Amino acid sequence: MSAPARSPQELHDTIAGGIGESPLRPDGTLKVRGEFAYSSDLWHEDMLWGATLRSPHPHARIVRLDVSRALAQPGVHAVLTHEDVPGENVYGLKYQDTPALAADLVRYQGEPIAILAADHPEIARQALKEIVVEYDVLEPITDPERAAHDDTLPKLHPDGNLVRHQRIVKGDPAATADVVVSGVYEIGMQDQAFLGPESGLAVPAEDGGVDLYLATQWLHVDQRQTAKALGLPLEKVRLTLSGVGGAFGGREDLSMQIHSCMLALRTGRPVKMSYNRLESFFGHVHRHPAKMYYEHGATRDGKLVYVRARMYFDGGAYASKTPVVVGNGTTLSVGPYDVPNAHIEGWGVYTNNPTCGAMRGLGAVQPTYAYESQMDKLASALDLDPAELRIRNALSEGSTVVTGQVVDFPAPVAELVQRVRDLPLPPEPAGERDIRELPGGASNTTHGEGVVRGVGYGVTIKNISYAEGLDDYSTARVRLEVLGGEAVAMVHTAAAEVGQGLVTLQQQIARTELGLTRVSVHPADTSVGDAGSSSASRQTYVTGGAVRNACRAVAEAVYARLGVPAEGMSLVGGKVVAADGEVVADLAELLGDTAIEETREFHHRPTYPLDPETGQGDAHVQYGFSAHRAVVDVDLDLGLVKVVQLDCAQDVGKAMNPDAVVAQIQGGSAQGLGLAVMEEILVKDGKVRNPSFTDYLIPTILDMPPMRVDVLERPDPHAPYGVRGVGEPPTISATPAIANAIRAATGLELPRVPIRPEHITGV
Amino acid sequence: MRVNVTVNGEHRRADNVWEGESLLYVLRERLGLPGSKNACEQGECGSCTVYLDGVPACACLVAAGQAEGRDVVTVEGLAEGDELDPVQESFVERGAVQCGFCTPGLLVAAHDLIERVPDPSDVEIREALAGNLCRCTGYEKILDAVRDAAAKKAVR
Ligand code: FES
Ligand code: FES
Repeated sequence: MSAPARSPQELHDTIAGGIGESPLRPDGTLKVRGEFAYSSDLWHEDMLWGATLRSPHPHARIVRLDVSRALAQPGVHAVLTHEDVPGENVYGLKYQDTPALAADLVRYQGEPIAILAADHPEIARQALKEIVVEYDVLEPITDPERAAHDDTLPKLHPDGNLVRHQRIVKGDPAATADVVVSGVYEIGMQDQAFLGPESGLAVPAEDGGVDLYLATQWLHVDQRQTAKALGLPLEKVRLTLSGVGGAFGGREDLSMQIHSCMLALRTGRPVKMSYNRLESFFGHVHRHPAKMYYEHGATRDGKLVYVRARMYFDGGAYASKTPVVVGNGTTLSVGPYDVPNAHIEGWGVYTNNPTCGAMRGLGAVQPTYAYESQMDKLASALDLDPAELRIRNALSEGSTVVTGQVVDFPAPVAELVQRVRDLPLPPEPAGERDIRELPGGASNTTHGEGVVRGVGYGVTIKNISYAEGLDDYSTARVRLEVLGGEAVAMVHTAAAEVGQGLVTLQQQIARTELGLTRVSVHPADTSVGDAGSSSASRQTYVTGGAVRNACRAVAEAVYARLGVPAEGMSLVGGKVVAADGEVVADLAELLGDTAIEETREFHHRPTYPLDPETGQGDAHVQYGFSAHRAVVDVDLDLGLVKVVQLDCAQDVGKAMNPDAVVAQIQGGSAQGLGLAVMEEILVKDGKVRNPSFTDYLIPTILDMPPMRVDVLERPDPHAPYGVRGVGEPPTISATPAIANAIRAATGLELPRVPIRPEHITGV
Repeated sequence: MRVNVTVNGEHRRADNVWEGESLLYVLRERLGLPGSKNACEQGECGSCTVYLDGVPACACLVAAGQAEGRDVVTVEGLAEGDELDPVQESFVERGAVQCGFCTPGLLVAAHDLIERVPDPSDVEIREALAGNLCRCTGYEKILDAVRDAAAKKAVR
C-alpha cells in the first residue's frame, strides 16, 4: 500500500545561514500556510478510524470482557482485546511493566482495555459503548509516601510498589550548623499539554509488516516496543515521523502506536487514530507530583554546611521514567550550589494515580522548587539578600557536586545570578492603573487597593542527555550530490523535530561544515540509524554531533577522491579550497553525476551508574544552568497573582541559533510560570477531575509577562561546538522564582505549587 | 446530509455529512483542508479559528449544518497564491512558529485584529489573542510578529 496522501514533506526550503546565525525555519512557510502535515492531518484513501476503550476505575479487576455486540455494529471492522496482542503484551521505557491492553488488573483510570476500528469516528465512539466490561472495583493506592514504606498495601506489580530508591551521601551526613531552616514542599501533577493530539496512521504492508506515520519523540524506541508487541521483526515495523504539535516529554511513552498497528494488521486497511483532548489527558504520562522534606544548615556568614532531604515521587500505575526521575531528583537535589555535606534519599513508587513519566525538566523541577524555597528561607534567617546568598554558594568550574563528580566545564552560576539581578526592574506602579494590567485583568473586582509587589529568584542545574551509564548516541547520514548544476547536501536522521527547531539546526551544521548554500532535510524515519530521543535537552548536542561527524566524513571522502591530503583543505562556497586559499576543485564538477554518502554516529563521553549505597558516581555528562528573576503583583484580597516581569539568564555554551535559543527560553519559562500559579491535574481517589482545557489551565498571552533574556556563551570543551543543552533549564528555574516573588510580596510560607488564590487569602 | 459552503472563495459541497459533525471535521476530513487544527475540539484553544462570514469563530464549535450557505475563510485562504499575507510572513520571520500547531488559529485571529485595529497596542494584541493557546513560544515572539505585521500592512 502506498504512503498516506498527506505525508510530511521533505524540507527543501532553502534558508541561509550557518552555525551561530539565526536562519528561519525551513518548515515555517508550510506551517503558516496550513500545509504542514501533522500526525492528525494524515489521510489515506480507504482508511478506518481507531478508538480506545478505557477503564473508568483507577484500580479494578476485569471479571468479564465481551466485545461481540460491538463487533456486530454496522461499520465496525475489528474489536481487539489483550487476547489479540500478537506478540508480548508488555512494554515500557525502563521496565517492561505496561500492558498494551489490560488483561486482568486495571491500575489507573483511563487504562486501555479494548480497541476498535470503524468507518467513521462517530461509529467508533458509539461502538465503544457496546463493549461489555465487568469490573471488581478495588480500593486505589494513592499516597506515595505510604506506597514507599507500607508493605501491607496490596502489590500493584510483582516486585511490590517501590520503583526505585536512591540514597546519596556526601561528606559527613550528620554535620551540624549555626543556622538551620527546614520545610516540607509539595508539587502538583503538571501536564505537558502539547497542542497536537496523539495521533498517527498505520498502513499495512505487503510483506506482512506495517508502516506507521506518527508524532513521537523517539522513533526507534517506539519501533522496538511496537514490534515486540506485534510479534514482528524490527524491519517489518517501519516508522516515519509526521508533523509533531509539541511534545515536552509527553510523547516518550507509547500511546496509539501498538493499537493502530494491531488494527491495521487485523483489518488489512490503513487505520488512523487521533485522540481528543479528554483522551489525551489519559493517553499520556504526566509530570511526577512530589513531596519533599528539606533541611539546610549554614554558617552565620551564609555558607552552606549541609543539606538533608527526603523526596517522594509519585510514579502512578507504571514505571515509565520514574527510575530516571529518582536519579535526576537525587543527584540534582542540592542545586547549583557547593555543599560539603549531604544526605539525600529519594523514592519513586507505584500508585493507582495516573502514570507519570517524562516532562521538560525531568526530575529537576521538583527539587529545584524545594531547595530554592529553602534558599530564600535561609536568606531571611541570615538577614541576607537572597541573590547574594546564592552567589556566595554558587557552584563553579572545579567544584565537586553531591555525587562526587567534578565539574570539568564552565559553570557560571554566580554570574548568571548577578546578571539577572542587574537587569532593569519594571517601574514601580504609580497612580491610577490600567485595570487590564492588574492581577485578574479586566475581570477584576477591585481597583488595585490590596495589590503588593514582590521580587524573587530561582536558579537551577539540569543534567543534559541520558545519564547513569547509558550509551547515549545519535546517527546521521549525509549525502552530497549535484542537483541543477549545484552541489547540495541532504541530511537524514531519525531525530524528531517536535517544534524545537532541530531541522533548522541540521541545515546550519551541514552548510557550515560543507561550505554549501543548499541543504535539505530528509523526513525522519527508521530507515536510518537510531538518533535517540528529542528530550533531555540532548538533540543539538548528540544529533548535532552526528551530523557534524557525517559531514566531516563526506568532506574527507571528497579529498580522498581528489587524492589530496585532508590537512589544510576546506570546503567553501561549493569549492575545495587549500590552506593558502587556492581553489583546488569545484565540487559540482568533481561529483558529476555521482554522490558521496556517509553515515556516522556520535556518542558522548561515558557516564557511570551511581553507587547504590552512597549515590557516588560520575553520572552526568554535562549540566545546564539558568537563573530567573520574577516580579509579581499580588492582590491580597482576591488571592490573584499577576507576573509583571520574568527575566532569565542562561548559559548555552554556544548559541547555535541565537533566536531559537531565546525562543526556547521564553517557551520554557511559560511552562514554569504555569506550574507556579495555575497548572495542575487534580487527582482525587485516583480519578482525574479536570481532563480538559476548560479546567486544566495553561498560560495564555495575558498570563505571560514581557521577558528579558540574557544568553551567556561559555563553551563546554567536551561538547560539539561547545554546546550546552538549552530546552529544559528555563522551565525549571522559572517556577521557584515566581513562588519566591509571591512569598516576598505576601510574607506567606506557600509550601506548595501551583499557588492558588485560596493559598494566598487563606480561605 | 449535504452541506454547501463557500470556502476560501470557492463553492464546496460535502455529502453524507453526519448530524454531529463540526465544521472543523468537514473542513479537515471531507474537504481536504487540514490547515485549521484540532487541538481541543472544545472551543478552548483557538487552534481551529476560521472566518465565518468575516467573523473569527472556532470551527470546532460550529455544527456542520450551521455552516450551510455561509462563507468560510481558513488559514489556507490567507495567502494570495505564492504571496503570503503579511501576518504569515511576520510569523515566519519573527520566529513565532515553533511546532506551529497553534499557528493557523493565531494567524486568523491576528489577521482579524489588524483588519479591525490597524495599529494595535500591546494590551490590545494580548486581549485579542487571549483565546488562542500556544504551548511552545511563551508568546513573546508572537507579539513581535503581530506588531511587525501591523507595521507592514500600514506600509502596503
Ligand atoms: S480546537 Fe477548536 S477551540 Fe480548540
Ligand atoms: S508553536 Fe507549538 S503550540 Fe504554538
